[in-house]
Amino acid sequence: MLEAISGNGWAILGAALAAGLAGCGSGLGVGIAGQAAAGVVSEDPNKFAQVLVLQLLPGTQGIYGLLVAFITLSKIGLLGGGLVDLAAADGFMIFAACLPIAIAGLGSAIAQGRCSAASIGIIVKKPDQFGKAMIFPAMVETYAILSLLVSILAITSL
Amino acid sequence: MSDTQYTYAVARTRALETTLFSSATLDQLMACKDYDACLQFILDKGWGGEDVPRDADAILASEESKIWERIREMGVDMKVFDVLSYTNLYHNLKAAVKEAYTGKSSANIYYKNTAVSGEDMARIVREHDYKELPLGMQKAAEEAMDTLLHTGDGQLCDVIIDRATMAAIMKAGRESSDDIIRKYAEFIVAEANIKIAVRGAKTGKTLEFLLRAMTDCPGMNVEQLAHAAASGPDAVLEYLESGSYAEAAEALRVSQSAFERWCDNRLIEIIRPEKYKAFSVGPLVAYIIARENEIKTVRIILTGKQNGLPDDSIRERVREMYV
Repeated sequence: MLEAISGNGWAILGAALAAGLAGCGSGLGVGIAGQAAAGVVSEDPNKFAQVLVLQLLPGTQGIYGLLVAFITLSKIGLLGGGLVDLAAADGFMIFAACLPIAIAGLGSAIAQGRCSAASIGIIVKKPDQFGKAMIFPAMVETYAILSLLVSILAITSL
Repeated sequence: MSDTQYTYAVARTRALETTLFSSATLDQLMACKDYDACLQFILDKGWGGEDVPRDADAILASEESKIWERIREMGVDMKVFDVLSYTNLYHNLKAAVKEAYTGKSSANIYYKNTAVSGEDMARIVREHDYKELPLGMQKAAEEAMDTLLHTGDGQLCDVIIDRATMAAIMKAGRESSDDIIRKYAEFIVAEANIKIAVRGAKTGKTLEFLLRAMTDCPGMNVEQLAHAAASGPDAVLEYLESGSYAEAAEALRVSQSAFERWCDNRLIEIIRPEKYKAFSVGPLVAYIIARENEIKTVRIILTGKQNGLPDDSIRERVREMYV
């Protein structure tokens, strides 16, 4: 079953999912927060800087996914030019190591986008509470960071 | 993900809510020494516009138009808000039926911002071309027109249309997936039933008339209410006190205007939780209701000041604000 795809194929699939799913989540999250930000700025352009920070928060998962993809591609030598010939089982392990950031990146980015949109509501009513408004979506980030750590530790330890 | 379709509109509404009058703002308006000072106060708050005359009716009408202009600008499906304009839409039907019956047309008898414009409504009723009306309205329009032509009874015509209005609101509430619209519909219908019962009891209407005029709604046994109304005003109050509308009875014991105030305040209480929602259409519906309540309250204050009413008397009529 595993041999149906080569070891390098599994690893590249893992890298693609890490970058793709986490990137997708960030796109959706930033999009949701962006809609809320645009709604506020259309009535009060002075709040642009504050809402922009909140809009950007769900963008980090895409960066984490990209980082894991780079590490994976370096690991198999695709970026350095010396492509190694991985066994299917090794490639599958790298694929599995990419999954935490792929899955948690997708889910947490969307959730963070919704949370950012809600926090933008705080900025509108109470601009002086910017710090508190930032904390709520920042809490969601914790779980994206945990999954990033697991993915990096697993890939580099293999 | 479908609830995120209102994210832009809700955030924009949150920004608009910051300009709504609070109770403190109303206190400032009340503190103005006369009508002119009140007008200046609301003009300073950005009400009216450059091309709007310095006149209360014109300013308030311009603010009412602004509500719908803003909502339209947000690019949301306006059908969601139809339920809010049913009362005005069916009022237009009533006006068109009476205009067609008497053959006399009057200016400014139609509400604007309705699914069918006043001009179209007048034409449809005049030509008896009811199929152009929304589905639930067609039968009511035909029945009201026929009743008026055959009996000349304007009150019966009103009852037919009023009942159709409440049935349409109740249906919209039942069919809506949004909790706020369901609650709004239930309260509006309950409020209408109470008003019918109170007026009916005072004017000695028959049980048959009362049952015909009232509309079923959750939390209220219409049959019992109609029987109470047929017995007299005290029986209506007793019925209300025994159920979830005890506060309405309390307000009715004070005065009719206290009851009207209770109704508006209760509606604001119903919509208040929408202040804390970031998604769904609820905050938009709440904003529209809150803005209409704000304009109504300013009108009450301006009218009171214009007629030289004592401040205490005006304050008794001032509604609670959403923000």
